[in-house]
Amino acid sequence: MFDLTTIRKDFPILSRKVNGKPLVYLDNAATSQKPQQVIDCIVDYYSNYNANIHRGVHALSQEATDKYEAARKKIQQHFGIAKAQEVIITSGTTHSINIVANGFSSLLTPGDEIIVSQLEHHSNIVPWQMLCKRTGAVLKVIPMNQAGGLEMDAYQSLLSSKTKLVFVNHISNTLGTINPIAFMTEKAHEVGAAILIDGAQSCSHIKPDLVALDCDFYVTSAHKMCGPTGVGMLYGKEAWLEKLPPYQGGGEMIDQVTFEQTTYAGLPHKFEAGTPNVCGGIAFGAAIDYLNSIGFDSIAAHEAELLSYATEKLLAIEGLKIYGTSKEKTSVISFNINGIHAYDIGTIVDKLGIAVRTGQHCTQPIMDYFNISGTVRASFAFYNSLEEIDVLAAAVERAKMMLS
Amino acid sequence: MTIKAIQEELIEEFAMFDDWMQRYEYMIDLGKSLPLIDEENKTEERVIKGCQSKVWLDAELKGDKMVFSADSDAIITKGIIAILIRTYNNQTPTDILNAKLDFIDEIGLKEHLSATRANGLTSMIKKLKLYATAYQAKLNS
Ligand SMILES: Cc1ncc(COP(=O)(O)O)c(C=O)c1O
Repeated sequence: MFDLTTIRKDFPILSRKVNGKPLVYLDNAATSQKPQQVIDCIVDYYSNYNANIHRGVHALSQEATDKYEAARKKIQQHFGIAKAQEVIITSGTTHSINIVANGFSSLLTPGDEIIVSQLEHHSNIVPWQMLCKRTGAVLKVIPMNQAGGLEMDAYQSLLSSKTKLVFVNHISNTLGTINPIAFMTEKAHEVGAAILIDGAQSCSHIKPDLVALDCDFYVTSAHKMCGPTGVGMLYGKEAWLEKLPPYQGGGEMIDQVTFEQTTYAGLPHKFEAGTPNVCGGIAFGAAIDYLNSIGFDSIAAHEAELLSYATEKLLAIEGLKIYGTSKEKTSVISFNINGIHAYDIGTIVDKLGIAVRTGQHCTQPIMDYFNISGTVRASFAFYNSLEEIDVLAAAVERAKMMLS
Repeated sequence: MTIKAIQEELIEEFAMFDDWMQRYEYMIDLGKSLPLIDEENKTEERVIKGCQSKVWLDAELKGDKMVFSADSDAIITKGIIAILIRTYNNQTPTDILNAKLDFIDEIGLKEHLSATRANGLTSMIKKLKLYATAYQAKLNS
């Protein structure tokens, strides 16, 4: 049973006040809040079994290692991954993407092509630009359309035998668009290209089944799914991970070291140099447990209700325009009000206790497409309520009055 | 009026309001009296970097006093730059460079701006002082 009152009690931060008003947290696409279960897991780790892993014979080290490896298994099961060694625990999406981009340096030759989409988080366009610079490969961009979706015809015409890698986000952080990743994977494979999917925005809303999806790489960050910051996942098919060279050198990732030569450890350790974020990895597992205890069907149903209610409420405000109107979208609303700067709206609603994001949301290409300087983005999570949307709508209305 | 006296006036005006919503409304009002920069002067070198919204700032010398004009595409930002210009307008470059802006802390302006806006405020003050430095050099030459 999905009981919102009980769920909200799991999140201590939701009962705090901001600027004298109850916090209304609608910046979930930036990062999610953490339930007590995850906070307890972190406290438990540092209080009871903090130790370095994979290297001690003592009991604490063994306990920490077991819990860390158990978390890896949880991640594996959650995402429908075939083997535990295909799960690399990283510091987050950005780190994961860089591992792949760096690894492809040795696989590309001048004239090869990499395809990205116009909907990407712009910090994630950079690793591909750097890769192209290093290798002489060429970056191609799948264009978007007015609804905030990607043009699939254009995508198919970009694909060729030169395409080596396709990079696309599962869900756009700015517009909430759910991209047709199954179709895109199939098409990429038809020309022999690999596909890497950025799941930073999806994993709090959807439970992807990666073996069924058949993508080559999938990455995400724990902090967007009720887990701590500084930890995330790189999934790669075993054959790909074997083929890619390691990204960083250090402890954990080595087998034999002499000054003449080093042999690398097997998967997943080859990509996990140095002492990992042990606590973070374990808490990532706790976050996955928590989300599953609520259930992704219930999460999807509640978020769909939030999205349709908020869309209706906000559109009732005269002059308000929503960007991102794809039929397939998650609970994210990017909007502007005619003639008012997004930043001003954000400032006023913040004074009323509401956390939204304003600006470009790291997606300058999307802003350029719509020819705007930014938007206000309200992004909802399963712990948000319809009442909070009423508060948002009233605050936006008030901001509009003050600012026009 | 001296810069110090203007600052005291601003502190008093802001103290009249009980909460920050009202203070923001007041700032928005102050923005409406901002001496506007000419459209053709909205050039790249007059843009203040480090703001999420766009801000243009220009300065001229009338006699030995500085006269500022500005604009922004965001209304609250307009209010902030209007407050700064009100403190510095019709002052000599030397007075501007020597003035301490105590009112910002007194009002609590920085804490009540978002981090990006607080950075923007710092950039605005820098740019205002940059103009003052340039015109001081000109006056002394
Ligand atoms: C679509 C998308 N990709 C990547 C990232 C970067 O994630 P992280 O900062 O956790 O590495 C984000 C986060 O804002 C995102 O929304």
